[in-house]
Amino acid sequence: MPRYIGKEMSRVDGIAKVTGKAKYAAEFQVPNLAYGFIVQSTVGKGTIKSIDTGEASRAPGVIRIYTHENAPKPAPPKSTELKPQDNAPERDKSFRALQTDQIFFNMQPIALVLAESFEQARYAARLVKTTYNEEKPTTNMEVALKTAFVPNPQRAPKPRGNPAQALKSSPVKIEAEYTIPIEHHNPMEPHGAIAFWENEKLTIFDKTQGVYTVRRHLATSFGIPEENVRVISPFVGGAFGSSLRPNYYPAIAAMAAREINRPVKLVYTRQQMFTGHGYRPHTWQKVALGAEQNGKLTAIIHEAVNNSSTFEDYSDNTTNFPRSVYACPNVDSSQKIVKTDLSTPCAMRAPGAVSGMFALECAMDELAYALKIDPLELRLINYADVHPESGKPFSSKALRECYQLGAEKFGWKNRKFEPRSMRDGRQLVGWGTATGVWGAFQQPASVKITLRADGTAHIASATSDIGPGTYTVITLIAAEYLGLSAEKVKFELGDTKFPRAPVQGGSFTTASVGTAVYESARNICQKLMNLANKESNSPLKTAKIDDLEMLNGNLQIKNNSSQKVNISELMRKNNLPELIDVHEAKPSSERQKYATGAHGAQFVEVKVDPDLRIVRVTRVIEATACGKIMNPKTSHSQEIGGIVWGIGMALTEATEIDHRYGRIMNPNLQHYHVPVNADVLNVETLFVEEDDKIVNPLGIKGMGELGMVGIPAAIANAVFHATGRRVRDLPITPDKLL
Amino acid sequence: METELDYELHPELNTALSEDEKELLSQIPELTELGEGRRKFLGQVFASGLGVFALQLLAQEEILASMKASEDAVFALEALEENLVAVKLKINGLEKTLNLDSRVSLLDALRERLALTGTKKGCDQGQCGACTVIVNGRRVLSCLTLTATCEGKEITTVEGLARGEELHPMQAAFIKHDGFQCGYCTPGQLCSAVALLQEAKNGEASHATVSFQTNARNLKLSDEEIRERMSGNICRCGAYPGIVAAIQEVHKGKETAQTWRFVSNEEIAALNLEEKTDEIV
Repeated sequence: MPRYIGKEMSRVDGIAKVTGKAKYAAEFQVPNLAYGFIVQSTVGKGTIKSIDTGEASRAPGVIRIYTHENAPKPAPPKSTELKPQDNAPERDKSFRALQTDQIFFNMQPIALVLAESFEQARYAARLVKTTYNEEKPTTNMEVALKTAFVPNPQRAPKPRGNPAQALKSSPVKIEAEYTIPIEHHNPMEPHGAIAFWENEKLTIFDKTQGVYTVRRHLATSFGIPEENVRVISPFVGGAFGSSLRPNYYPAIAAMAAREINRPVKLVYTRQQMFTGHGYRPHTWQKVALGAEQNGKLTAIIHEAVNNSSTFEDYSDNTTNFPRSVYACPNVDSSQKIVKTDLSTPCAMRAPGAVSGMFALECAMDELAYALKIDPLELRLINYADVHPESGKPFSSKALRECYQLGAEKFGWKNRKFEPRSMRDGRQLVGWGTATGVWGAFQQPASVKITLRADGTAHIASATSDIGPGTYTVITLIAAEYLGLSAEKVKFELGDTKFPRAPVQGGSFTTASVGTAVYESARNICQKLMNLANKESNSPLKTAKIDDLEMLNGNLQIKNNSSQKVNISELMRKNNLPELIDVHEAKPSSERQKYATGAHGAQFVEVKVDPDLRIVRVTRVIEATACGKIMNPKTSHSQEIGGIVWGIGMALTEATEIDHRYGRIMNPNLQHYHVPVNADVLNVETLFVEEDDKIVNPLGIKGMGELGMVGIPAAIANAVFHATGRRVRDLPITPDKLL
Repeated sequence: METELDYELHPELNTALSEDEKELLSQIPELTELGEGRRKFLGQVFASGLGVFALQLLAQEEILASMKASEDAVFALEALEENLVAVKLKINGLEKTLNLDSRVSLLDALRERLALTGTKKGCDQGQCGACTVIVNGRRVLSCLTLTATCEGKEITTVEGLARGEELHPMQAAFIKHDGFQCGYCTPGQLCSAVALLQEAKNGEASHATVSFQTNARNLKLSDEEIRERMSGNICRCGAYPGIVAAIQEVHKGKETAQTWRFVSNEEIAALNLEEKTDEIV
């Protein structure tokens, strides 16, 4: 019986967080600090004609001001100067601040003011005077749709079957267009860093989802060896994808610190966050579905276009997941992008999947109404028992169970089919459902375990904990397999002095780092067994490693504590104060034989005010099949978070652009509406566990993104059911229901 | 001279719990009795949460604090501090006299002048609630409060909620109900929640208050009331249900029903899913 796995554990960093002692990047106390403040462009395209920093430089407390005219311009790193060869990584064309007079997007950083205090830097930033050779920016993707192009034609998927022909001959078909505006992550902690140099060595406290990625970025930016850069990031106040790639601020903070020989703190304002990192792109989609009268899908044609910047081709892979959700013999999907005069988009929670599944799952609902078949039944009719693209079996897929158990819990059988047919007093009631899907990824990840003779253990891995509870789950897994009580295990992350781990993204952290901890603990077990068996009278002489476990300070035969060796005694006898194992875990080749993925069914109730058309999400049931749940407490919180994000995407969130100036009009939390406490009512999770040793030895699948994927579609479908109004343009604000 | 940031070199920081920490752990109040069908697991709260994290970070900062300015460091030529205003206030029970730039918000005074970084900057314009502190018993957005206006006032930040080493019941309840994920909005949520309890005691109304007819004190707030009253504190991780559950537990001593569960093997077996042999498409 597991002692920790599958049981609720409160966060090991909980006390640090509720007492204010957890330190986020910009909070480390460093002496002789200088404060940076960024100046942004006021035009969306063109070049800087002049930039006058005279008055600003004379303002009290100002140390120095950097613009494209005087900022050092490091040579581009050699390795990326070559044209990318086949399979070579794309040349890094990410935006670098203060390197050119060219304006690529409105609110682009054009100057960095350094002063003795934050107040002085902020004030002086307003005294910088800039003139431009202004050009007309193009920021409205929908009017530029005709310029859409396929970014990676060689990687575009081929059609399955003969979709065009199949659609034409389908007895029932629907076709619709769906649009999603730009959305911003808006983590609560603004992005920021404190950087300082000692000789040629850089130390930076940064908000990041991957310390090694920032290290490489800074090392190449300054042309110094990676070992000369230390990136520290013990706590991250949310990121949701916005800190996956290094943003422009760490490089200019480090540049400034090097130039003035002082530590520099640079933190985005909330407004600066809207162009200081990427965003979920503006997405236009068209879905055509064909079906037999019995509901069997005959054709899916799914087109998607998203916006990118002028200098990078970012594809959101919108149509990727939807290709493989249903058993349909004829599928075509395409992904194009449109260049716009905006900053480059980036991954935002459930990138691509949530946008693509919004379109597909709304279209499925539309098809259900065209066929007069219950929307849930339609999904069961088209259930994919094997992967529809590759034909491979799934390593596990309890989606059918999710549909049925979720429906039962929700009371779906009491749903009346017709729109506007259910009421609660004067409120219109709508019930909607949708499917969630995400990968079950694993990335190579390394850990170092130090087991001490005093019965404690230290675990280190340069992963990140942006909120899902990585500190806790890794402590839990280590305690389980080292046989220690969790209080004796200390796990550290977020520092390049620890072994390399992947960025925290794609919902693969626990599967990757957790597997490394598990395998490393087995290595420790093996080392202890070898030590024990040096003794002729070892009780473990005939044991095989797989028969052994570590428990309560002993190495013993599983479920048989009579044959055991005390670990502390064993280590002391061998003069070993500590036993160290450094291990990298890689995904197994066994995975290749299977299709892997995480699935969920999501059921939503909305109530709509018949006069004001305000939509409230009153009830959500998430039935989730994502392998083995390590810590249901934090897993449930991830599910809640996904739902809250889905509510925001469906009902409130949009980054509004004034296309005349290419300028974001609502770069703040007053006008960019994220859900607040009053928007979130009853949320319940059903964990349908899967026993899947193919994905990884512990059977872990990701879940941080999965919980969000179907929610916007389920809400839109529920709104249709409540009101009879099909809104295909997010967010579903009251004006669209009038 | 390089600053050695390697706190693994400080073996005393790697030891298990100290006696004080064990004591702290034992003092975390369990708030209610558990009923049948309620939360089965209280969950383990680890003192290592405070002990190890705090000590590590403290150690790093102690090392950083000794870092000398470079000989080539560039400083501003003119006034390092301007428009100085003297303010005397009480922060977490301690008298402080500050002499600072009149533009300094209470938030920046706490974070940048007093090293009280528990109070968070989320938007710096009064829209997110992360900077909420308690001033003279009322919750206040410290980013919209100039320090110069705080003369003689009593300020409580998240660092001042615990009584000595004993967590405030609200802090313990937030841990128990997982009322946070990344933790960045948490100090503001906690200050807001603690002040909210006082508002309920005072009988103060909110937008969600059903009746304004009575002048009742000691209001018993519904979940709807708490959601409304906590809507000035944004949590992007979406930990709202846990926050409401935590506040209700402290407010009413009411245990909130658990809202997740594992589906049992029996339930799955009872579904009797037909085995289909789908063609490979």
